[in-house]
Amino acid sequence: MMEILRQLQLLVRITRTRNIARRYFVVNGFDGALTMLGMIMGFYVSEAATIDVMISACLGAAIALGMSGISSAYVSEAAERRQELRELETAMIRDLGDAAHGRAARLVPLIIALVNGLSPLLIALAIIAPLWLSAIVPIVPALALQIAIAVAFVIIFMFGMLLGKVSETFWLLSGLRTLCIGAVTCLIIFLVSV
Amino acid sequence: MVFVKKLKLDVLKPHVPNALELARAIADQGHDYRVSIVVMEVDEKTETVEILIESEDIQFENVADIIRSLGASLHSIDEIQVANQPAPD
Repeated sequence: MMEILRQLQLLVRITRTRNIARRYFVVNGFDGALTMLGMIMGFYVSEAATIDVMISACLGAAIALGMSGISSAYVSEAAERRQELRELETAMIRDLGDAAHGRAARLVPLIIALVNGLSPLLIALAIIAPLWLSAIVPIVPALALQIAIAVAFVIIFMFGMLLGKVSETFWLLSGLRTLCIGAVTCLIIFLVSV
Repeated sequence: MVFVKKLKLDVLKPHVPNALELARAIADQGHDYRVSIVVMEVDEKTETVEILIESEDIQFENVADIIRSLGASLHSIDEIQVANQPAPD
């Protein structure tokens, strides 16, 4: 088990996967959070849809975000890794298919695709969880939407904190900045819908 | 019985894994391996290194395998020391 972990660590290091995966996680996760916030805000302002319609629409969008994240990241990363491997093979004047670099070129696109796809999917599911709860616990749909909007804002703020940690800037400022992006999004949706 | 005591290898390797990781991986092949690596030349994507391995009984095939599996190429054996001595009990 330790040997597998060491091997995986080496492959991740060879391809600088940690930074790339973190970037994909933040970019697509933020995308997922903002998309769900926009949809839920739209439902909240329009007051027209039933909870079932809201859940189906949000779930459909969440699954589409996940599938889009997995497929797009896999296709682009696999092409990038193959290109990098070819360049290294030319420099080394040997086939690296059976070496750590070849294994990394095959495995890393899968890891990045999973991160890129699961990040918006799981975040979207967390944001629409209050809508599901409203089907079990007897609360009014408007309250469920308000809770979902609050969850979305908390997640968006946490993304800001994470970015602050990565860029070694003040976490609160960074969190407030992403929170502002969410607030502006809500404001635009509200103005368009009125 | 003939034992390989010392090996000096000329190896071309990618920048990653670095010299420390390569040395550790080679040293991992035997309980008493002492490994030192000198970087001789650095290019855009590769570097040429001189690897010196010392032990009571170097298993050359294992060393060559680990070098290959880490993406490096063994160019030549530049120095070797072997000894004919009784096998340990």
